[in-house]
Amino acid sequence: MRRMLLAIVLVLLLGGAARAERLIVSVSNHRVTVTPNYSGEELVLFGSVEKDTTTPADRTAYDLVVTVMGPRADMVTRRKERTFGIWINTDYRQFLQVPSYLALFANRPLDAITSPEIARRQQIGLNNVLLTQRVSGDFADVVPNDAFRSAFIRLRTQRGLYREDGSAVTFLTPTLFRTGIPLPAEVPIGTYEIEIKLFANGAFIGKTETAFEIVKVGFEQFVATTARQNGLIYGLATVAMALMTGWMASIVFRKD
Amino acid sequence: MQLYLPIADLPVNVFLVLAMGAAVGFVSGMFGIGGGFLMTPLLIFIGITPAVAVASVASHIAASSFSGALSYWRRRAIDPALASVLLCGGVTGTTLGVWTFTQLRALGQLDLMIALSYVVLLTTVGSLMFSEGLRALMRTRRGALPPRRTHNWIHGLPLKMRFKRSKIYLSVIPVVIVGIVIGFIGAIMGIGGGFILVPIMIYLLRVPTSTVIGTSMVLTVVTMLFATMLHAATNHLVDAVLALILMVGGVTGAQFGARAGQKIRGEQLRLLLGLLILSVGIRFAIELVIQPSDLFTIRELGVSR
Repeated sequence: MRRMLLAIVLVLLLGGAARAERLIVSVSNHRVTVTPNYSGEELVLFGSVEKDTTTPADRTAYDLVVTVMGPRADMVTRRKERTFGIWINTDYRQFLQVPSYLALFANRPLDAITSPEIARRQQIGLNNVLLTQRVSGDFADVVPNDAFRSAFIRLRTQRGLYREDGSAVTFLTPTLFRTGIPLPAEVPIGTYEIEIKLFANGAFIGKTETAFEIVKVGFEQFVATTARQNGLIYGLATVAMALMTGWMASIVFRKD
Repeated sequence: MQLYLPIADLPVNVFLVLAMGAAVGFVSGMFGIGGGFLMTPLLIFIGITPAVAVASVASHIAASSFSGALSYWRRRAIDPALASVLLCGGVTGTTLGVWTFTQLRALGQLDLMIALSYVVLLTTVGSLMFSEGLRALMRTRRGALPPRRTHNWIHGLPLKMRFKRSKIYLSVIPVVIVGIVIGFIGAIMGIGGGFILVPIMIYLLRVPTSTVIGTSMVLTVVTMLFATMLHAATNHLVDAVLALILMVGGVTGAQFGARAGQKIRGEQLRLLLGLLILSVGIRFAIELVIQPSDLFTIRELGVSR
């Protein structure tokens, strides 16, 4: 038993050592709070590539891809068609557990960083990120130029919720980097995962992960949770508020 | 000043929403209507989803109608018996309406239904009101007397009841049906229905003008409060913060609107209201007929946390 444990530890140590580069990252704020005057924010991700003795000396040009993924949700994309002279929703596709926010940042255009094959495997680029659809009972991602998939990405991008930027990551020194993570005003609430993937000469050589969360606090939090969990009480409170406002108005503006 | 709406999940400019509430309130005070048919499209226009707009406007209409109903009550311009019979239908209609709303939302056809109902209802009511107002205006120009009121088939129905304050003797069947219809469309479209109810009560049920607006406001208050409750309990879509801003703007605007309304003659008022309703209806019709700039829409089915 002890020998086995020792073997596992050794394998782990060797595995760690064989990786050669280590990524150390930190986000400027791990907890973004949505307050009444919240109207979007920008986080900053800092990091450095740590070399060690096993790193090949000729390795200097690193490429980085930062993927930020918001809380996952099921979404429906619908297409309008002209029926009897008016435009109505006809066909639809259901997207299962897809990120509500998705941002891909890199220091170079994404297609220049690595081969299409590796990009697909590592989900580099909006065209390569896995977006599972329910296609008549089956679960699968479809080709990137599928009408519903591209419409989905286009609409999310328009709202600033999906983005891809091949120049957002800047290397301050050959190993020190930073990138901004813009969060639009209508940002989804929840936990955000960040994956930082390191490439050198087109090869994937390592990754690390971190996270931050966006939370409603105080009054917003209170209203949102009450509305969801105690709908009836929330409704009663709104009704009371309406009656109070109406009554006060009739007193304030009473003419006699 | 930006304010984050907790249910609509987006920030809005408080002064913009206040101004919208005041403007709609002014119109509603002037014509003695709830103004939901203006408020809901305006909210959709500034980016709030139709579902949240419809659900939140309900409480706003309740507030402005309640302040109106209170002043009518002081002037004894409400018929309690007629109001209670209307309410029986109204509550049933609202329940059916909220249920249908939930079903349509699941089918993805809610936005279409809201738009379609607006087109059909507003263009019909608007053109009827406009032509009637035009005719009345011509009549007064010529100095002719308005046509005498006659009894119609509705007064032949059974289950008659005496409504003392309105001084009418009427079957309860059409009253309950009117209540159901108004409650139903009110819950689906996010309108109080006053602009349809008042003409129906005057022309069909022959309710005297002294009690018609006050009594219709009672129905509006109760159905809208009930709709708020049901929308909050079943769909969790009522944004109380949004509703409060709208209410404050609305009740203030309504007072000034009511004063302005007293300076305009009745026929002109109806003509203007008809024109206003008609233009909102046509606006919705155009949107349905021309090709939308984007054929695709996305709806989130709730974030799993």
